[in-house]
Amino acid sequence: MEKMIYLDNNATTPIDPRVLEAMLPYFRDKFGNAASIHHKFGWDAADAVKQARQQVANVIGAAPEEIIFTSGATESDNLALKGIASMYADKGRHIITCKTEHKAILDVCKWLETKGYEITYLPVDKYGIVDIDLLAESIRKDTILVSIMAANNETGTIAPIETIGAICKAKGAFFHTDATQAFGKIPLDVEKMGIDLLSLSAHKIYGPKGVGALYVRRKNPQVRCEPIIHGGGHERGIRSGTLNVPGIVGLGQAADIAVREMANESQRLQKLRDKLYNELSDRLEGVTLNGHPNQRLANTANISFAWVEGEALMLGINEIAVSSGSACTSASLEPSHVLRAMGVLDVLAHNSIRFSLGRFNTEQEIDYTIKRVVEEVNRLRELSPLYEMAKQGKELRIAD
Amino acid sequence: MRYNEKVLEHYRNPKNVGSFDEQAENVGTGIVGAPECGDVMKLQIQVNENNHIVDARFKAYGCGSAIASSSLATEWIKGKTLDEAKQIKNTDIASELALPPVKMHCSVLAENAIKKAIEDLQRKKAKDNNK
Repeated sequence: MEKMIYLDNNATTPIDPRVLEAMLPYFRDKFGNAASIHHKFGWDAADAVKQARQQVANVIGAAPEEIIFTSGATESDNLALKGIASMYADKGRHIITCKTEHKAILDVCKWLETKGYEITYLPVDKYGIVDIDLLAESIRKDTILVSIMAANNETGTIAPIETIGAICKAKGAFFHTDATQAFGKIPLDVEKMGIDLLSLSAHKIYGPKGVGALYVRRKNPQVRCEPIIHGGGHERGIRSGTLNVPGIVGLGQAADIAVREMANESQRLQKLRDKLYNELSDRLEGVTLNGHPNQRLANTANISFAWVEGEALMLGINEIAVSSGSACTSASLEPSHVLRAMGVLDVLAHNSIRFSLGRFNTEQEIDYTIKRVVEEVNRLRELSPLYEMAKQGKELRIAD
Repeated sequence: MRYNEKVLEHYRNPKNVGSFDEQAENVGTGIVGAPECGDVMKLQIQVNENNHIVDARFKAYGCGSAIASSSLATEWIKGKTLDEAKQIKNTDIASELALPPVKMHCSVLAENAIKKAIEDLQRKKAKDNNK
């Protein structure tokens, strides 16, 4: 196979040609600044932004004026956490989140700790689902925000968002969800799910990189968010800076396609993903799934192959792009914090590979992937002293 | 991780993969690393009556550079005396394979595996002499 196979769609996605087509005029003829209110160049740009805002709002059941465009989900997460922390510091300085969040949440929380905020990091069960009872117990009078991701980037596990929203509402804390992976892939409704703030990104749904949005509730209750970027008062004063019009058009178009094709696409991807996992576990011993068996994004399968280190496997199948929770892939030499929080043993976390499928993968690519993974796992097991010892029924004895 | 060609060559076509009988008198075995840390190496040497290393074997669980480091180590020690083999430094392995700083520990493991294998052999020989 001369072509590379891309199964790392939770990292980023290729742009959909329909999205690119929609964007192109806004680089060339319609290059205006959406804030230029005195000429047609500006009006055309403003009209395009208006349409995109409506398209994004539609996906989550929001009103268009509740959508704040940003440079991506990391900025949206920063804005949500820092913006709420700063605006509501008088009410309290306690924030609740979860151990398996993305670094765009966890690193902001660590920073807030240095500024005098107290953060509760909730544990998860073996499937990566946050402890709901503990969440309810943890909300105090001075809790200003609960931030729990909608779907996990490493495992695809989907959180019980509606339950969390109801708890937060009953206890009077705002609820933010990082929906970077969930947006456009599973049904989301900010009203039904009691979501007050929601982060999303374009490049995970076949849109361009460098653009995203934060949903900020305007009524029942109104949520106020202190800006982190000042300079001109764009986006209702919450996020200054000239709007990235082509990017925003791309986000809108990508969101529109995602919501229209969601049902068919998730059905197709789930079939391919389940074929991948089922055939691998039929043809190889020591294969385990990390993540919830069914409360999971249709495109994601995080799999550990016993006795084979993840980075070595990735190198062996390097015509296929995937990710690993292995320490060897990070500078820290520690395995995935997500798998650790789920209680996956370090030795199995090192052996994990994340396959994340996408719109442009074919069944033929999945068949090829199955064949290559089986070949390479078998080859690396022949090299593995752990496999040899397991076969001989020996315990690993290591001199110090 | 982008690897250089030498690592890739050892990874794709590792030299001296396999195992000797650990109980044999002329075999020394070194096992280093830990599965929790993502690397385990087993390196074995086989010597003749003059304590020359006539053959070597390895198995490695770990990333591409762990596999390459141990494969290279087995190549280098073959034909050497035990004293010569002891002189092999992790930095020699790392520079031959152009390992980046984050992969230095792979070369350290390979050096330690050689030393442990030699110690194991010498322990066996000492026991033998005391019989």
